[in-house]
Amino acid sequence: MDIPYTVEARPDTGVNNAKLGIWLFLASEIMLFGGLFSAYIFLRIGAPEWPGMMAGHMYGRASEVLSVPLATLNTFILIGSSVTIVMAWASLMMNRFDKYRLFMGATILLAFGFLIIKGIEYTSKFSHGLFPSESNFLGIYFVLTGLHAVHVIGGIIINSYFLGPGTKLWKTNPKYFTNRIEVAGLYWHFVDIVWIFLFPTIYLL
Amino acid sequence: MTYGTEREMTDSVSGGDESVHDVHRYHEEPFWRKYIFATDHKMIGIQYALTALFFLLTGFTFMMLMRWQLAYPGQPIPLIGWLFSDDTMPGGVMVPEFYNQLGAMHGTIMVFLGVVPLAVGAFGNYIVPLQIGAPDMAFPKLNMASYWVYFCGGVVMLASFFVPAGAAKAGWTSYPPLANIETMGQTMWLIGMMFLITSSLLGAVNFLTTIIQLRAPGMSYFRMPFFVWAQFVTAFLLLLAFPPLEAAAFLQLADRLIGTSFFMPSGLVVSGQVLDIAGGGSPLLWQHLFWFLAHPEVYVLILPAMGIVAEIIANNTRKPLWGYKLMVYSLLFLGAMSFIVWAHHMFITGMGTTMGAFFQVTTMIISIPSVIILSGLFLSLWGASMRFTTPMLFALAFLPMFGIGGLTGLPLGLAPTDIPLHDTMYVIGHFHYIVAPGTILALFAGIYYWYPKVTGRKLNDFWGRIHFWGTFICMNGIFMPMFIQGLAGVSRRLYDGGATYDFAANVVQYNELMSIFAWVLALAQIPFFINFFLSIKKGKEVDDNPWKATTLEWTATPTPPLPHVNFETVPTVYRGPYEYSVPDSDSDFTPQNQP
Amino acid sequence: MAELHSPEEIRKHVRVYMMVFGSLAVLTIVTVSVGYLKLPIVPAMIVALFIACVKGGLVGSYFMHLITEKKLIFWLLIASAVFLFIMLTLFIWAHNSQEGGYLVS
Repeated sequence: MDIPYTVEARPDTGVNNAKLGIWLFLASEIMLFGGLFSAYIFLRIGAPEWPGMMAGHMYGRASEVLSVPLATLNTFILIGSSVTIVMAWASLMMNRFDKYRLFMGATILLAFGFLIIKGIEYTSKFSHGLFPSESNFLGIYFVLTGLHAVHVIGGIIINSYFLGPGTKLWKTNPKYFTNRIEVAGLYWHFVDIVWIFLFPTIYLL
Repeated sequence: MTYGTEREMTDSVSGGDESVHDVHRYHEEPFWRKYIFATDHKMIGIQYALTALFFLLTGFTFMMLMRWQLAYPGQPIPLIGWLFSDDTMPGGVMVPEFYNQLGAMHGTIMVFLGVVPLAVGAFGNYIVPLQIGAPDMAFPKLNMASYWVYFCGGVVMLASFFVPAGAAKAGWTSYPPLANIETMGQTMWLIGMMFLITSSLLGAVNFLTTIIQLRAPGMSYFRMPFFVWAQFVTAFLLLLAFPPLEAAAFLQLADRLIGTSFFMPSGLVVSGQVLDIAGGGSPLLWQHLFWFLAHPEVYVLILPAMGIVAEIIANNTRKPLWGYKLMVYSLLFLGAMSFIVWAHHMFITGMGTTMGAFFQVTTMIISIPSVIILSGLFLSLWGASMRFTTPMLFALAFLPMFGIGGLTGLPLGLAPTDIPLHDTMYVIGHFHYIVAPGTILALFAGIYYWYPKVTGRKLNDFWGRIHFWGTFICMNGIFMPMFIQGLAGVSRRLYDGGATYDFAANVVQYNELMSIFAWVLALAQIPFFINFFLSIKKGKEVDDNPWKATTLEWTATPTPPLPHVNFETVPTVYRGPYEYSVPDSDSDFTPQNQP
Repeated sequence: MAELHSPEEIRKHVRVYMMVFGSLAVLTIVTVSVGYLKLPIVPAMIVALFIACVKGGLVGSYFMHLITEKKLIFWLLIASAVFLFIMLTLFIWAHNSQEGGYLVS
């Protein structure tokens, strides 16, 4: 007797186990990032200036400290990767495994691009003496973007698995595999949504 | 709710002959797959149970050491004092730092490594799939990961005693700024907590998916046993309340390791020197994030206990549970409300009166569903011809104990009375009545009740009764005097138990009495442990349904259950969970899977 | 859900994905441009968060298929949104009742 509803949806709930599982996980992720956002707001409304004093300079706006062009580029990259992963899923639905590999590969490359740009941002901050210990603004910037970057790395690992060893499942149970890509996609879109909120709150406000 | 036809659901659930084939396949598992990296929910439940019992004993041992210091301040501990290093107990006398370590770790271990893993990880894992007619948890590998992440968290916590300057000393609540300037043990505590939070989150996802997706045909939500409902709400609380604490733990780790000031105010003076930090943070931020978790956590501690007690009371009164639906709705309401009462732990932080009024009102409101559930359990006893089995004794004792714990909480939920009582021994007495004579008695009840399910043998009743009366009397002996001390104004976390304070002079003598009760409580556990391990081989063998229960775990699967598949054929559920003494019925119980 | 789609429908979906991508790109440009206007903090916050919500809503509705998702998922998301909202508002309220904030008062 196998575990039911791993592939097929349960008639009364309309979803399969993995899909419900990932949504539950994302609900907890909402509370994780929500907790950090709440902390950010709590600290910010208690601060006389924001971003304030850092490495001997007084800053009135976040955009004077952080690089908005690089972050904008990263926004495009992440939105683009959301499109490629949903296309990867759509390719599987159309039974085009070759296109799936192409789109999944593109998703992973874009994710690496995001991390490289993030790395450039971090190093330029460090080279100007802007460390997380300098102020709460930088602290929350590094913690929020850092935790987000950890999620990106997690996404790269998952997606690489589904591009490499995970593809074996396609030959034996294509529907199961397609479901898994949908679930991986849900996670990846969530990472994208977090960035959509992080970008204006940290870089622009 | 709409349901697919029974036939369609049964078809997708099982493949007829295949299931028999599976039974044979699973018999051939190697040792490490069967006992160590197990994916069978029943084995994982047993792993959780044994680990959690070990940690309960560890946390209790810490307290027994502290109770010596409280009863006889500054005197060397006899017999075992020499076992400890000179950093912790020079000449057998406990140093204050070590007392603080034991105190902080007692709380952490009892809550996060003992009670919750036993109530949720062990009972939830073992019983929930059986009660809803599922072959396993929805994600067996994730289930295994939950256990091992929990195990790692436990190892990190215990290992923290051996780092320089020992384990965390800032209490189980780890309030900054104190926690931020603590020694390395606090970092270990935070890392350990992250493991435990991750484990709970994975477990919560698994429980919710299992309960929503894997219910057997006919097992509608309102045919689920109350225990399953309790686990459902508990998992929901864990899922949504734990992440903010994880966020807080990240922030505190950043404060400690990379020098940020999230919880550090500007110009903080430590040991006469202004700290060289950026400042601008808020220690209250930690308290908000911490209690946003930790108040729902209180319900995580108590709800599974209520579930266990409800099962046992219905079974031993041979009556349906009184107001089952009302109790379920109360449970859901309780779960939702538990997210908006947290700041009643923070009345003395100087919050505004409007804010205080809000949290007082929500706190009074949340006491209503708790009272409904407790009343439901009491009213279930009315007119019953009870069977006073050993699990029933523990379950009955739970009711007044939880009542005392709950009612003594009311003055703490109202700001005017909370302000003088805050951080006194009264608070310690209050929440220990909920968790120790409350939850732990219920967990013992669950062990006596489901032990035959796991092993096929009963625990000995005579030693069970000795265990019960010893535990029940001693727990009251320990915790009742705490109310008296607290009302006299004695603070918690005092190294000498209040001996140096004049106002405590009239109540300080209770410390010795409480300590003696604590040590006798340890003696009362000896029959339990002997009984527990001896009965695995020597206990009286039982048939499939020794308690004549109605729920699926007893009626649809052999005792002990089959490995992995649980049920030979998928059970179909035709009725509610507590159809005891149905009029015009042949027997005094009608199983849920009886057409 | 997914199993009901024919390749033709999927192609229709793909066109929708492209349109969503276009809107997200435009909205990103709008967000950044508004940022250069250097509005006072409160209107800037309202505009930025409004656009972010629209973008998040687009990703959720179309890429994550929420628009055709089952009720169960909605209940779950509503529950977490409610608790998140409670956390945010009570944190702000608690902060302001304690010392009086600089940004919102």
